[in-house]
Amino acid sequence: MSDEVTAEILTTHLLDLAAHGKRLDGRGIDEYRPVSIEPGFVSTADGSALARIGSTAVLCGIKLEPGKPFPDTPNAGVLTTNAELVPLSNSMFEPGPPHPRAIEVSRVIDRAIRAAETIDLTKLCVTPGEKSWVCYTDVHVLDHSGNLIDAGMLAALGALTHATMPNRRFGIADADAPLDVQHFPVECTFVRLGETIVVDPSFEEEQGAQGRITIATDESGRVVAMQKGLIGAFSPDDVKAVVERAFAHGDRLRAIARQGGSSA
Amino acid sequence: MGSVGAKEVPVLLSPEGLRIDGRKLDELRSIRIVAGALHQADGSAFVEWGANKVMAAVYGPREVHPRHLQQNNKAIVQCRYNMAAFSVDERKRPGLDRRSQEISKVIAEAFESVIFAEEFPRTSIDVYIEVLQANAGTRCAGIVAASVALADAGIPMVDLLPAVAVGKVSGAIALDLKKEEDNFGEADLPMALVPQSGRLVLLQMEGHMTRDELAKALDLGVSGCRSIYEKMKQALRDRYAGGTEVAA
Amino acid sequence: MLPGEELPARGLRPGTGTYRTQGKVYASILGFVQERPPFVQVVPLSGRYIPKPHDTIVGYVADVQTTFWLLDIGAPRWAPLHMTGTPWKIDVGECDRYLRVGDTVLVTVESLDPTGRIGVSMLGEGLGRLDGGTIVTISPAKIPRVIGRKGSMIESITRLTGARVAVGQNGRIWIDGPPEALVQVRQALAMIEGSGHRPGLTERVQDLLHASGARGPGPASPDEPLPPPHLDRVDASPPREEPGADGEPDPAADDF
Repeated sequence: MSDEVTAEILTTHLLDLAAHGKRLDGRGIDEYRPVSIEPGFVSTADGSALARIGSTAVLCGIKLEPGKPFPDTPNAGVLTTNAELVPLSNSMFEPGPPHPRAIEVSRVIDRAIRAAETIDLTKLCVTPGEKSWVCYTDVHVLDHSGNLIDAGMLAALGALTHATMPNRRFGIADADAPLDVQHFPVECTFVRLGETIVVDPSFEEEQGAQGRITIATDESGRVVAMQKGLIGAFSPDDVKAVVERAFAHGDRLRAIARQGGSSA
Repeated sequence: MGSVGAKEVPVLLSPEGLRIDGRKLDELRSIRIVAGALHQADGSAFVEWGANKVMAAVYGPREVHPRHLQQNNKAIVQCRYNMAAFSVDERKRPGLDRRSQEISKVIAEAFESVIFAEEFPRTSIDVYIEVLQANAGTRCAGIVAASVALADAGIPMVDLLPAVAVGKVSGAIALDLKKEEDNFGEADLPMALVPQSGRLVLLQMEGHMTRDELAKALDLGVSGCRSIYEKMKQALRDRYAGGTEVAA
Repeated sequence: MLPGEELPARGLRPGTGTYRTQGKVYASILGFVQERPPFVQVVPLSGRYIPKPHDTIVGYVADVQTTFWLLDIGAPRWAPLHMTGTPWKIDVGECDRYLRVGDTVLVTVESLDPTGRIGVSMLGEGLGRLDGGTIVTISPAKIPRVIGRKGSMIESITRLTGARVAVGQNGRIWIDGPPEALVQVRQALAMIEGSGHRPGLTERVQDLLHASGARGPGPASPDEPLPPPHLDRVDASPPREEPGADGEPDPAADDF
């Protein structure tokens, strides 16, 4: 448990600023902090990327290992997504069983990856019913300064986009091959501060938020996942508006995840 | 750390006495240390050591939860050494296995041996080490990162705590083993040194050595620690003598 | 200095941030050396706030008990504020009618005991609950620079921006005023925190504030809530004369 307390005047101040279209760090209400991706950060992984949004830092590593397909999908490989909110990343996380936040982050990312059909699972099948690849996507949060879902998704997409199927290591084929990524989901998170809805919340803004909403989009114009979190509420019109904003940010975020580099 | 692909024992030492990566027996791998690599922690450091990448953060001294762990006359020092799932060749299941728990314990005790814990009764000093990419010597890299993070967090201590492993490859005592040497070598002996007193506060060994080899290994490790000590001090000077904050 | 480095003791006794063994004095923390005869000490450059008696600090109410509150003051431990240490006459069990969890207060460190217990008090001029405004947090090690020599830096900032400012030695700075003034104060504090070790700090901060259009205290905007009266005269803790404060080359830069 954290020994830090959120002072109410900080929250009140965030609301005051938001009411005037301003934010604590000087950003506009529809402005991300600088976003960057460093692919290939971890050489022991089959694919990896370090994503940064402002001072939030999330590392994702992909591991591909042979396994058995599920009986109901004998022609498909297996995807699993896991997020670790390790206590190194923020004083609010303690050693021990996974924090409920970690489970939420991993499931929201997992849903976007699945629904967007990011990976063609049939291409992960080696022998139908017998052998297929298991693709482990492990999201490791290093610095939680707000907006873990967007950073985690960017890291995951960056890692998947740059992943290699280690055919030789497991004697499956003579040459390794790039993992085939066919769609590119990104998540875009907003929080409510009074009547203002701001994108890419900082840690302080999340602490003072009256509701959080995440919209995942892909490059073909589909919404592929949503999650409302924290205490607070959004109207259907609010949701429609943030969906439009999520699409407006999506292409730029996708380009950074796919190519590496930064927005700044 | 068995690697799936490597089936044959590689040649670990050339006739000229050079190692698999061309190093001499008493040569360290390259080391890069960044003090203050994270924003949320009270102190932090990132260490790239050969092909190891390790992040450490310190929180505290802070209130102890749960309270029954609190000690009336000093701070408790808690350590968590953890390996990321993707940090090794075969994916590691998330969570602390027995190896990580043992390493966490001996690292916590090493730091308790140098921290002036009595200055902060009833508090906790929490040291978190995350191995992001492993290539032998991760506990030593973790100690180096955590020690720099402790200094960055303003924790009073006798000294910084450099650490290194010495091993035995093809019958020769060698400093700072890399993965192949660790996998196929005959011994591995990690240690952490208090430079101010010249004493060791972490010492483990796996494998076998003669008494003469052990004596040589200890001397080699101590001199290795002293080189690493200089790099640790430089990283802290870079951060605090007007240097800007640099991230990993 | 770094932990484990030997200090030039010159017959001085080991003070805070140091230890003695086998006749030699060493630094125990990261910081710069300061001779305060008969002591030599190391002044920290990093870390959590370590309370000293008479420090004015900003606390957040973390818990309410029947006769006291626990304050998060950014120190290793929470600090109890007893109801008798306030200007209010409070009945036992009614503490939460006066201060609630999340409230911000300006208090002073009254006592420290060897068990690490930190006693704080709200009795004193300018102390009390802080309403409105906001808090900027910087490293406690940088606070002497924010105050400046004999309070010169903080005086410049308040004069040029028109903001109301209360500086906590624990690195928390309360600021209030029109939005533009708060932006300017934030910029000034960021400059002090980022490059306070370089010479000419006062001039650089003044140039920054002039460049950003600060024109000094103007008529208060009607939308702005007025500060509680007890805050009118709070602009800084008692000025401290710390070596290295305000533009002087920091010993840390060379001697570190």
